[in-house]
Amino acid sequence: MLRKLLRYRFLLEELIKRDFKKKYKRTILGVGWSMLMPLFTLLVMKVVFAQFFGRNMAHYTTYLFCGNLLYCWFSEATNSGMLSLYANAAIFTKVNVPKYLFLFSGCVQTLINFALTLLVFLLFCWLDDVPFSWRFLLLAYPVATLLVFNVGIGLILSALFIFFRDIDYLWRVFLQLLMYGSAIFYTVDGFPAKMKFAFACNPVYRHIDYFREIVLSGAVPSLETHLTLAGFALAALLGGIFMYKHYNTTFLYYV
Amino acid sequence: MSDAKTMLSCQNVSIRYRVGDFKNIGLKEWVMRRLTGHYQAVDFWAVRDVSFGIRKGDMLGIIGTNGAGKSTLLKAISGIMEPTRGRVSRQGQVAALLELASGFDGDLTVKENAYLRGAMLGYTRSFMDETYDQIVDFAELREYETRPFKQLSSGMKSRLAFAIASLVKPEILILDEVLAVGDGAFRRKSEAKMREIITGGATTILVSHSIGQVRALCNKILWLDKGRQVAFTDDVKGCCDRYEAFLAGKTA
Repeated sequence: MLRKLLRYRFLLEELIKRDFKKKYKRTILGVGWSMLMPLFTLLVMKVVFAQFFGRNMAHYTTYLFCGNLLYCWFSEATNSGMLSLYANAAIFTKVNVPKYLFLFSGCVQTLINFALTLLVFLLFCWLDDVPFSWRFLLLAYPVATLLVFNVGIGLILSALFIFFRDIDYLWRVFLQLLMYGSAIFYTVDGFPAKMKFAFACNPVYRHIDYFREIVLSGAVPSLETHLTLAGFALAALLGGIFMYKHYNTTFLYYV
Repeated sequence: MSDAKTMLSCQNVSIRYRVGDFKNIGLKEWVMRRLTGHYQAVDFWAVRDVSFGIRKGDMLGIIGTNGAGKSTLLKAISGIMEPTRGRVSRQGQVAALLELASGFDGDLTVKENAYLRGAMLGYTRSFMDETYDQIVDFAELREYETRPFKQLSSGMKSRLAFAIASLVKPEILILDEVLAVGDGAFRRKSEAKMREIITGGATTILVSHSIGQVRALCNKILWLDKGRQVAFTDDVKGCCDRYEAFLAGKTA
């Protein structure tokens, strides 16, 4: 697979370029627009929830931003990933190219958005007087696992979308629920043990929690947390690879 | 030519195609139909028991009426589809151009589309850098180079598609209804180019409704009718005569 990827590097680059140009239609503000989304959500949440949840918490803005940053990335990556295969039906029904490249291209784009928002996040941390330490380097770990997780979920969704076009709608509803269920603007401290377990099973929440432990508590998360994040990523990726392998030549009947 | 190696062969290739109203139904609808037993997917054999082999330097013409299974067979040859039964074996890189002008992106410029297409066909950036000027000149699109693709006429699009396909020198080239495009002058130019490709030793498969073209260019011919193989022979002239008689019989 790696050799194949190397062989198709040129195609991947061209696809990334194409998606980039199409998305921003050569506008000046370009990428800036995509960064505004998480920032606006952050602003609204800050205004609305600071009164209810943030009164007894130091660095509430940073707390919110941790949640928003990762949730928005997951939401954007899976939403755009879901459409990536179908949008390129005109290509893969005519030319034999690895189909996952379309998704990869979309993922690169959302990764760039995320990276830029991450810079803004670090700026906010600094403004919020969060003490920086070497532990911040560990943030690369959840970023890597969430990236793989996004790719995996994107593969699964984009394959499903070929078969069932209403996945789009169902997924949006799910994402909405996920937003409320990922403790973005509240804390899980007051919940009973059962609920806490449910939170522990939520991959997006676990990634957010990793960020918060490093940034706000200044602690290194446990080995179990590291393994769990890797487990989520691997499971999603294997699921995605299975879908693409199994249905590789079936997709074209449905488009 | 008899000792040249076999570049592509199909052995008893059969392809079952699925049709039915299972497309564009949602998950909810799918579950409902499964439950009520209304889920209908009909299978039919688009290609049945086709066998042939072509060697280096061959140009195979595939003829047949609409729905004969030509495009489906090409999809199996290019690897987009897998044969339900039988085997396709290819030696070397296949550049397939099915329905040429599709797959271009209307928002990209001519240059960007050319690179994207080159990349899809499996070529490297440095190769495209070298060949790009030739491609644009051949397609006669120099003055439109930076225009978005949607502003081009369909003839221009096909010209670019043909130019890329023929200049990138693949080992096996599949052309589906390409030569039917362009104006008279460009058609002559593209036919000359095709001859050059054949004499250059590439292996080519041409699907065309123009019997004249098949007669003029091909040295082997495969005739399909309703998915079945009617003939596969070196006798291009004889086979074309019979095919024309067959067509005449149909309209009479």
